Amino acid sequence: MKMYIELYASLMKLLPPGKERFRREIKVDKGTTVQDVIDRFNIPMEQAHIVLVNGKFVCDEREKHTLEEGDVLSIWPPVAGG
Amino acid sequence: MSWTRKILRVNLTEGTCTPEPLNMKWANDYLGQRGLATKYLVEETDPKVDPLSPDNKMIMATGPLTGTAASTGGRYSVITKGPLTGAIACSNSGGFIGNEFKNAGWDMIIFEGKSPNPVYLYIENDTVELRDASHLWGKSAWEADEILHKEHQNPELKIAVVGRTAENGCLYAGVINDLHRAAGRSGVGTVMASKNLKAVAVYGTKGVDGLDNPDAFFKASDDGKQVLAENAVTGEGLPTYGTQVLMNVINSVGGLPARNMRDVGFEGAENISGEAMHEPRPSDGKPNLVTNGACFGCTIACGRISTIDPTHFTRQKHPDPQYQGASGGLEYEAAWSLGADTGVDDLDALTFVNFICNEDGFDPISFGCTVAAAMELFENGKITTDDTDGVELKFGSAEALVAMAEQLVSGEGLGPDIALGSKRLCEKYGDPDLSMSVKGLEFPAYDPRGFQGIGLNYATSNRGACHVRGYTIASEVLGIPVKTEQTDTDGKPELVKAFQDATALVDSAGICLFTTFAWGMDNIAPQIDAACEGDWSIDRCLEVGERIWNMERMYNNAAGFTADDDTLPKRLLKEAIKSGPTKGQVNRLGEMLPKYYEIRGWTQQGEPTSDTLSRLGL
Repeated sequence: MKMYIELYASLMKLLPPGKERFRREIKVDKGTTVQDVIDRFNIPMEQAHIVLVNGKFVCDEREKHTLEEGDVLSIWPPVAGG
Repeated sequence: MSWTRKILRVNLTEGTCTPEPLNMKWANDYLGQRGLATKYLVEETDPKVDPLSPDNKMIMATGPLTGTAASTGGRYSVITKGPLTGAIACSNSGGFIGNEFKNAGWDMIIFEGKSPNPVYLYIENDTVELRDASHLWGKSAWEADEILHKEHQNPELKIAVVGRTAENGCLYAGVINDLHRAAGRSGVGTVMASKNLKAVAVYGTKGVDGLDNPDAFFKASDDGKQVLAENAVTGEGLPTYGTQVLMNVINSVGGLPARNMRDVGFEGAENISGEAMHEPRPSDGKPNLVTNGACFGCTIACGRISTIDPTHFTRQKHPDPQYQGASGGLEYEAAWSLGADTGVDDLDALTFVNFICNEDGFDPISFGCTVAAAMELFENGKITTDDTDGVELKFGSAEALVAMAEQLVSGEGLGPDIALGSKRLCEKYGDPDLSMSVKGLEFPAYDPRGFQGIGLNYATSNRGACHVRGYTIASEVLGIPVKTEQTDTDGKPELVKAFQDATALVDSAGICLFTTFAWGMDNIAPQIDAACEGDWSIDRCLEVGERIWNMERMYNNAAGFTADDDTLPKRLLKEAIKSGPTKGQVNRLGEMLPKYYEIRGWTQQGEPTSDTLSRLGL
């Protein structure tokens, strides 16, 4: 099924070539978890700090949260501002 | 050098500069900077004073860690009664001048009265003089800085100065120091200009001394630097992307307000983000961001140094040299207010206006939000092109945004009304509910509907809608120190109180609030304890923070504020977010405020009880 991954800040360099700044369409099998995608893109555990699916935090459920058709998975390393 | 134990009192009416010993009883109760200067203001002025009258006072104050080896130990604050809000105003700035005050031997400078003619204060260690500034009046902050440096032929001279907007009475003018840093909010620069004080120029060579326990201090400050270096946020995230990395985060989680906070979520956010500032542009192959920068003693270095695209209309229209090279770039709050809140996603236009904010000394948050309110008034037909010198003041127009900055500085067109801030502007044009402000201070870049805790902080902040009075976003988004659910109200009163009290302490110490992305009180208290006389435990530090918060609250209450002012604009309490991950949310302030008052030890009318005052020694 199709879904989208967005990698921001220093994780952008892990994105394959594409037209959009942060987002790539990817294909995953049904039952794929957030952590499966994190592993597929070789994102170190501590670098996947803010993890959202469709804008909702799933940081603590990454091992269990399964992805659906059309989901947007967004990931940031540890960042802050103010 | 902890406290120098010496303050300077400058009576501008009489033209006198008088050294005084620091009140050490107060220093032990309020630490320094924000807390200690507010104590002086509370003791010496009537809370009902007209902020722009000679009877108001303005204090430039350092903290005990300012000028020491503590990381980020270069902060100073400007404390006064603010003209935009009528509330206590305390604006904190970095750069290098805070250190210079301490090296010249002064903990703080109290300005009182009003000079009959424009003057600037010159400080070289113990030599302090008021000097004629008639040749500086009418100059921008940058021009005045350059003239003073040329006259004194001293590149080490540090200068804090007001621009033309302050002279013209813009109610949110700040004090610019070191060209690109600002005590920016609440109109503290307007107060400075109202006293005919154009600048403070200071050069200090006394060096560092007076640490209570030097060995313990260097151990504690070294430990603190190690923590900052090893922390992913302060060691890597902030130096690389600056605060602007938040633009996409906050947009993605459903908390980025847009178009005068009418919408949440901005379709152009990525174009004005920290990541966009790194991208090479087609015209010259260079990115907006040239490099990062650090204030005195800072081992984080979150500052942005930027250039404008050479083909951009602002550089074509303004060929002046100051816009052709690198200068202070966009921080997140400025990029939001100048950008998302006005619907403008032109990174170069925002960078140009940010340069103007520094050049002429005005708060980009209040300015951007006031322009956003004016854009909505324009859309509703209450402001017309007759008011704007023909400018089509539409959401999304970079040209209109730039024109408003130009009109504010020149005093033409809508400039004098933009100078009023959004509250007075919207009242003047007959739609006060369109002002997105609390106690008259415009909002920063986090929507209270998307983050319940920051909404409570805005409503109760002693200087109005300010994120750096209790930055609960650290917890509600970033998971620092622990993650809380952004749309929950449970536990938020306790969270807000904890952030507000700890922040009051940090703001009184001379260090930067950004250290707290990595530091806890267990890193901060040992540095204060080693630098200052007496025992500064974590508990004592937090008690001092709470004491300061309550003192500020009592000042505001005496100035005429009540619990009715602890609220948010109707839009944020009634109009639900229309789409995105926080769809349907409003701020549920009513669920949080009674509990907040209770845990503060206040009545439900927002007055500290006698028990609370007694407990805090107030």
